[in-house]
Amino acid sequence: MFKVRVIPCLDVKDGRVVKGVQFVDLVDAGDPVEAAIAYDAAGADELCFLDITASHENRGIILDVVTRTAEACFMPLTVGGGVRTIDDIRALLRSGADKVSINTAAVNNRRFVKDAAEKFGDQCIVVAIDAKKVSASGGSDRWEIFTHGGRKPTGLDAVDYAREVVALGAGEILLTSMDRDGTRQGFDIALTRAVADAVPVPVIASGGVGGLDHLVAGIRDGHATAVLAASIFHFGEFTVRQAKDHMARAGLPMRLDP
Amino acid sequence: MTVAIVDYGSGNLHSAAKALERAARESGRDQPILVTDDPDAVRRADRIVLPGVGAFADCRRGLAAVSGMVEALEESVRRKGRPFLGICVGAQLMAERGLEYEVVEGLGWIPGEVDKIRPADPGLKIPHMGWNTLDPVRSHPLLEGIPLGPAGLHAYFVHSYHLHTSERGCLVAQADYGGPVTAIVARDTCAGTQFHPEKSQRLGLALLANFLKWAP
Repeated sequence: MFKVRVIPCLDVKDGRVVKGVQFVDLVDAGDPVEAAIAYDAAGADELCFLDITASHENRGIILDVVTRTAEACFMPLTVGGGVRTIDDIRALLRSGADKVSINTAAVNNRRFVKDAAEKFGDQCIVVAIDAKKVSASGGSDRWEIFTHGGRKPTGLDAVDYAREVVALGAGEILLTSMDRDGTRQGFDIALTRAVADAVPVPVIASGGVGGLDHLVAGIRDGHATAVLAASIFHFGEFTVRQAKDHMARAGLPMRLDP
Repeated sequence: MTVAIVDYGSGNLHSAAKALERAARESGRDQPILVTDDPDAVRRADRIVLPGVGAFADCRRGLAAVSGMVEALEESVRRKGRPFLGICVGAQLMAERGLEYEVVEGLGWIPGEVDKIRPADPGLKIPHMGWNTLDPVRSHPLLEGIPLGPAGLHAYFVHSYHLHTSERGCLVAQADYGGPVTAIVARDTCAGTQFHPEKSQRLGLALLANFLKWAP
């Protein structure tokens, strides 16, 4: 039976793990390879590294982190952050990443998604979407794509954009609510469902997890096929195993291999 | 006892090599794992692994572009009977033909075609991406000692196409994704997994360890 995925995300800067609250106020919290090994042992279904300062710092560091992680963890690994060129993708895949997540570069140049998918296959191209609610109260729900850590509006409708990148070859959507990220109030369920119901590929819900019921809601109500969280796992509040046990008790199909 | 992983520009070779090294170490067989694009090295190897990700046609052309490689595989696997493991598109390449985007001839080692998966439930997403249990159709040395079925271990899949074999005897295991999806095929000394053993934690390492000791 097919299972729902729980994906811990490690924000990495200079080869060290951090977690941004609304993408500011970074706190150094450890070695990403050690964290990856711990998550592997705890039953994480996949891992995600987000290199948050890749655009203006040495990219070699994340390649080394990916290489060392792939040597120690035999589970799927997605890496994103500052991915701008076909060469960036090739270097990450060769280092041991299974999927590469593209964010701003896809917003700026949709053709990049098509080129990447044709070159490496749909299955390893994830498009990351950072969206904020922009509809006026009383109006129908609408979300807009933001770049630069949620600071720069693009005028692009999140649902239309998701459809577009999937048509170009994105094999998965990593959807983050910029309104919820760091708030611990739970996923933006309406956003998650709007995107998940609009595209035929898997959608990973992200942004705002503060408790285990939020993970359940992302799948059950948001129609996501995977949930991503960082701080609730990374600061030891809950283990991945506790999260998966909780989701299983709520009736979701979970991988609970010993 | 060398294991050759065929490098033809496709697939997560680094992960496959590291997982095989781990499986070899844990099962006490210190077999050298060689990543190579040299047909002669493949000829000399005792076991051969063919990874592959992306589209069938791209992988088939990539393999053909390595001069002498298809001939080396035919000789080692089909004529000399060396154990062979295809992974993902590397497994699909054993089919007679692939139907992804265009019709392309495969290696023809396993009767059948590589066609789109078509889940009966329209709510199921394509690609089939994530963890699934395996339902054995017949026994096979690669599955020895691995808990299977609904309560068994999980394998990691990422694919939109699968090898639909026309010879029932070649089908070893399936997964359920709105209907049966091919998980493992095998014939004579070749076997292939649609899922990624190098990414499937316990199940994957156990299967790779079984491959390293498989004596067909």
